[in-house]
Amino acid sequence: MIIVWSGLVALVMILYVVLDGISLGVGVLFFSAESEAQRDTMIESISPVWDANQTWLVFGGGAIFAAFPVVYGVLSSALYIPLITFISGLIFRGVAFEFRANAARKGPWNRALFLGSLVAVFSQGLTLGGILSGVRVIDGHFAGGPLDWLNPFSVMVGAALVPGYGMLGSCYLILKTTGPVQARAYRQAFWSGMAVLAFMAIVTVWTPFHYPVVMTHWFGTPRIYFVWIFPLMGSIAAYMLFKALKARGERLPLLCGVGLFLSGYFGLLTSLYPLAIPPSVSVYDAAAQPETLSFMLVGSAAVLPLVIAYSLYSHWVFRGKVKMEGY
Amino acid sequence: MDTVTLSRVQFALTTMFHILFPVLTIGLAVYLVLVEFLWLWTKREIYYRMYRFWVRIFAIHFAVGVVSGIVLEFEFGTNFSRFSQAVANVFAPLMAYEGMTAFFLEAGFLGIMLFGWSRVSRPMHFAATCMVAAGANLSAFWIMAANSWMQTPDGFRLSQGKFTVTDFKDAIFTPAFPTHLAHMLVASYETAAFAVAGISAYFLLKGRETEFYKRSLGVAMAMALLFAPLQALVGDLKGMAVARHQPLKLAAMEAHWETNAEGGAPFVLFALPDMKAERNRYELTIPNGLSLLITRSLEGKVLGLKEFPPEDRPHVPVLFWSFRLMVAIGYGLVFLALWGSFLWVTRRSLSDNKAFLLALVAVQPLGFLATELGWITTELGRQPWVVYGLMRTAEGISPVSPGNVLWSLGLFAVIIPLIGWSYFRYVIKTLRLGPDLESPIPPVQIPAGMIPLKRDRELTRAG
Repeated sequence: MIIVWSGLVALVMILYVVLDGISLGVGVLFFSAESEAQRDTMIESISPVWDANQTWLVFGGGAIFAAFPVVYGVLSSALYIPLITFISGLIFRGVAFEFRANAARKGPWNRALFLGSLVAVFSQGLTLGGILSGVRVIDGHFAGGPLDWLNPFSVMVGAALVPGYGMLGSCYLILKTTGPVQARAYRQAFWSGMAVLAFMAIVTVWTPFHYPVVMTHWFGTPRIYFVWIFPLMGSIAAYMLFKALKARGERLPLLCGVGLFLSGYFGLLTSLYPLAIPPSVSVYDAAAQPETLSFMLVGSAAVLPLVIAYSLYSHWVFRGKVKMEGY
Repeated sequence: MDTVTLSRVQFALTTMFHILFPVLTIGLAVYLVLVEFLWLWTKREIYYRMYRFWVRIFAIHFAVGVVSGIVLEFEFGTNFSRFSQAVANVFAPLMAYEGMTAFFLEAGFLGIMLFGWSRVSRPMHFAATCMVAAGANLSAFWIMAANSWMQTPDGFRLSQGKFTVTDFKDAIFTPAFPTHLAHMLVASYETAAFAVAGISAYFLLKGRETEFYKRSLGVAMAMALLFAPLQALVGDLKGMAVARHQPLKLAAMEAHWETNAEGGAPFVLFALPDMKAERNRYELTIPNGLSLLITRSLEGKVLGLKEFPPEDRPHVPVLFWSFRLMVAIGYGLVFLALWGSFLWVTRRSLSDNKAFLLALVAVQPLGFLATELGWITTELGRQPWVVYGLMRTAEGISPVSPGNVLWSLGLFAVIIPLIGWSYFRYVIKTLRLGPDLESPIPPVQIPAGMIPLKRDRELTRAG
């Protein structure tokens, strides 16, 4: 049961990262639009779906709270500052959609969308970096200081996530737009893809030094037999991404971009498992009682397939290139 | 200031801001379902135009509701992690179920509801509206279940400060739950009805788009007539549930100090409760009123505040007054609903009586105020406990420094007025702009035999 929930939470988190990564990425790229019409196009590409994408975070938070209460409690105390900053970014990003549509002067809400997305992405990276740097836990409660999460490594992860989501966003814009917005998205996808590769290389080398247990995880059995798959998968995805960008493919770049993210994410999970909070709390220490886990599993098994079905339906309704439709 | 106080202030600030949004979206979603149903059924274009206008208000409102709600979900962890970790087995699944069954439904179909007009059929669009409304109502179901559990916890075992669940059915359907949920849902429908009615009345007084606002007012007043009296009934039942399961809270709401040994307990109309002296100053009472209300008999026993140790008592003056103001607003709205139905029965028109329209404009925001007052009553009435009678709020706090909380509180103190003010500006702007009666209707939405606005006017005049 605990393993099932580890898998489910991991799935929900990656769904959030990829889906909202796309929306946040478009937000981060917002600065580069050259006219109000181009901004309209970019916004229109995500406005019917951004809220549904973000809901994976809300559910993810609830699922972690219910399935791994210790993770929820400890991490939110330990990462208080980056988490609140992250949420503040999401607030400005979220209201900017509606407010911009109603504003006579769009400038402030253009900036709110861009800066809100940027702050959200960077602090999300800080949060991840902070977790990877290790959290002091005594008796199942956080026992460190307010700025424990702040170090060069977490800042680097924050910086890495910006081109990461920029890559997802630009690949999505390639799929959804035409003309100058699409042409720029091709260039942005190329450069952000390059940056992502560079950062992934740095992270792969730095993580084991920053955090030695990863090294023993990598080179111990049974992980040594399959841990190399993820860099390989990432390399293939990157190679195909650049090829697809050169060939001006419209769908393939997004798929490859997502593939690149997945390779990094799975690599990360394999490095950590069974740790839920490094260096000392495992998923077994952090899990809720079995009755709670099974109550949640029944609901998830019944409801989540429906959720995925109607989310796909909604994406299908809004398939194809962006058309300007107000409401 | 310490982490406890700062965290409580922050949670109060962020929830009080947040609740203003769901309370309208839940009710307005139902209003939109009603309007779209009328559009499908009567094929009168005016209902289509009404939907397109009020959904704009809904969309702005919804967006602020979503982002302000995310804050709350994380505050359980950032500010009350000891509480969260202690109760997670019982409490957290309710939050997870809320996300799973309610938020996905709302968010998944909101896109179609707002932007899907030219992409889906008429029934499909209506289904999307219904799903969004269902999602909004379901989210109330789960969040009220969670809050009820904090008020009257059940279905658990407590050992060494940790709650483990014994039965989820009991944990969800706690004693407080049925009336708690009904009270909130009806409050939403009522608030939305009076919000729409007040705006419509304002424009009717100004003489703008009268046909449009007459119809909007009509649908809203139908909702008001149904829900305002119902709320009085639900409120009464809720009072009895509080008396049975949280007698101390009831005593504080009523500023009732002494248990009535002989004779009935009086109902206090006006008083300045003094917590130090344990009595009321400038008291004005109705003899036997409280006994009658709570026990349905003239001399029924109602426990007084002095039965409970002072350190367990909530803040009496705040509870007494927030409760009284809420009830006063509730009855004011009942009166207006009855006035409206009287006008309808005697004169077949709601829009001719200027005094009635002025009164509607005046009470427009009162539903929101009553909702805030109700939440102040129920949440401050739970103090000093975070889990009623079992875990004190001070024990539930996160192990973070006051500096953290001071920083985030400062941040929210800037963000909330900024967002709130912008929200207000754009809602006013949308209202000033008025309904769009011109834009072509997407072809997939036009039914055979549609009654256009002009024809509608002739029918109304004839009919």
